[in-house]
Amino acid sequence: MRLLITGLNHKTAPVEIRERVAFDGPKLEKGLRGLLESPDIEGAVILSTCNRVELYLQCADPERVRHYVVEFLAGFHGVNQQELAKHLYIYADDEAVRHVFRVASSLDSMVVGEPQILGQVKDAFEYSLKRRYTGVLLNKLFKKAISVAKRIRTETRIAENAVSISYAAVELARKIFEDLSEKTFMLLGAGEMAELAARHLINNGVRDVAVANRTYERGVELARQFCGRAVRFEDFKEELVHRDIIICSTGAPSYILYRKEMHAIMKKRKHRPVFIIDISVPRNIDPEINRLDNVYLYDVDDLQGVVDANITGRKREAEKAEDIVNEEVVKFRRWLESLDAVPTIVALRSFAEEIKQAELRRLMNRLGEVDEKQKRLIETTVSAVVNKLLHPPTVALKDDREDRDVLIATIRTLYGLDAPKDKKNHRQEPTSEEKEGCNR
Amino acid sequence: MVILFELALTFYFAATIVGVVELFKSSRATTRLLLILAAVGFGFHTANIVTRFIIAGHLPITNMHEASSFFSWCIVLLFFYIEYRYKVGLLGSFIMPVVFLIMLSSSILPRGIKPLSPLLQSSWLAVHTILAFLGDAAFAMAAGIGLMYLVQEHFVKKKHLGSLFQRLPSLQSLDDINYRLISIGFPLLTLAIVTGSIWAESALGSYWRWDPKETWSLITWFIYVFVLHARLRAGWRGRKAAYLSIIGFLAVIFTFFGVNLILKGYHSYLQ
Repeated sequence: MRLLITGLNHKTAPVEIRERVAFDGPKLEKGLRGLLESPDIEGAVILSTCNRVELYLQCADPERVRHYVVEFLAGFHGVNQQELAKHLYIYADDEAVRHVFRVASSLDSMVVGEPQILGQVKDAFEYSLKRRYTGVLLNKLFKKAISVAKRIRTETRIAENAVSISYAAVELARKIFEDLSEKTFMLLGAGEMAELAARHLINNGVRDVAVANRTYERGVELARQFCGRAVRFEDFKEELVHRDIIICSTGAPSYILYRKEMHAIMKKRKHRPVFIIDISVPRNIDPEINRLDNVYLYDVDDLQGVVDANITGRKREAEKAEDIVNEEVVKFRRWLESLDAVPTIVALRSFAEEIKQAELRRLMNRLGEVDEKQKRLIETTVSAVVNKLLHPPTVALKDDREDRDVLIATIRTLYGLDAPKDKKNHRQEPTSEEKEGCNR
Repeated sequence: MVILFELALTFYFAATIVGVVELFKSSRATTRLLLILAAVGFGFHTANIVTRFIIAGHLPITNMHEASSFFSWCIVLLFFYIEYRYKVGLLGSFIMPVVFLIMLSSSILPRGIKPLSPLLQSSWLAVHTILAFLGDAAFAMAAGIGLMYLVQEHFVKKKHLGSLFQRLPSLQSLDDINYRLISIGFPLLTLAIVTGSIWAESALGSYWRWDPKETWSLITWFIYVFVLHARLRAGWRGRKAAYLSIIGFLAVIFTFFGVNLILKGYHSYLQ
């Protein structure tokens, strides 16, 4: 095989290293051109995201490229080669194929199942494809990786559930309210997690935002950030009448809202549903109010519980996904091997053709005068014999069987196809026509 | 004719099975399969009703077999409408079993086509019954949606967010559709009662005779008046509205089956 992947990701390298070797902006084009200058590299795709930098290479001699590429990376980005090598992984053959499939289907991501990576893989591939920087092998590999990722997404539930607290809050809000754009939201208090959750809600359509903070000025500042308005903290209970989603994180030592009060508020709301997320520790909202009709109260542990359950679910689904990847890697290897059979068939045929031509010439010399018709008849007969003799091994070579490696090796030895003269021929990239033929 | 009914019943049964399977493991394929099975069943069902209409020369709703068959036909019709309009996930799993059960009860009832009794020979027959059945179908659908609301609400309240939670629609959309269905069913029921009493006046000489069917229709009507009033005035939405729509549908079912089979009157088909 002539496939090599090298790179680093969030597991092998800290962000300081990752950002230094990133191929952002014009570096991508320069990097690709630089790689392809090497005579050993026939095609290249570079994937550069905030979590990974990877080079996918199609090459004639993986062993030589293996060293060259580390040198290249270090030189290109001006980093110490030995330092860089510590963080790099290099995959070839099946391992490389498996890696691409796992990356595209988000099995190798920081958050397994996250959907962005597939788009990034597609973009990286299309960039090289458009500029003709890829070879047949890379084209097939990436197309397959994209279809494997899609297959995993439809056949497993890997990308279905929220795996962060703020995302879980949005997901719940959607299951209570459907359309968040018509809903009103209030941030009660502040804090990193609360603000993150608020931002998630706003990104998911919530438009009407109010902020009530003990320090009014801080509230005004936050409200400006969220394009909302500030409410005095003392007035938050009146405000609850108009607010459908509340995130509470005030740092108060005890409850600031009791069931009785909420009951009165619900009456004023005409019992329109309300979703309250209490991420303060200790809790600020009386848990009893979850018992009221149309009030849904979640505290930080509840949300964490949702997230944990989802993560366990994803792990289970990830195992199914790995099975699919393994299956596809095997299929891909078969395809690659069928490619290797083609040069053998070509070599076998040219071997036979040479003998045929030589023997025909000798025969013609010995026969002397022969008319055109007889000459053609002799040639047809000899060709038929050769073809018939070659037919069974050709079929066997094309056949998708387990022991094809052995078969190819045997045939090559028996007919001496690996003689120095043919070696170059064997290395040659088969033409596209031959490739089509072996797929049939 | 018999075959058409049996085919419809079989396809509805298959759709019900797929619906139950969907509760545990759904995909785009199962959803589509359920809709296809229901649609094929509906095709045979329609053919069955049309055939009976041609043979009898009037709308085939003059015995219990025909009436319950027509009732479930209306529910399936409405199911397709709601599915097309709102794309409610898993609605089929909650509705097709109801359809199948009503069809099953229809299948064990006598199927003979008898000449129409002179009392019922009027163009009011079609108007009155179609209004009543469409109204009842809307209430059936509202009860199904109400049940889905209760299941989903249970998940949200108990913080048990499994895969069924993921696939059921949001509370708000279930509540909205429930309200909309009752707002469709209520005027239909009202009109059915009004046309019925006009018909009674022309055929029997008085608008209202406290026939059991009339009494129970009125009770049902009052239940739905209460459902709508409570929602609009006192904000009885969500869980309470869901319970009420199920209670309302139980009244509908009793008015439909109970009155005909247990109590007697001129609505009773068992002469």
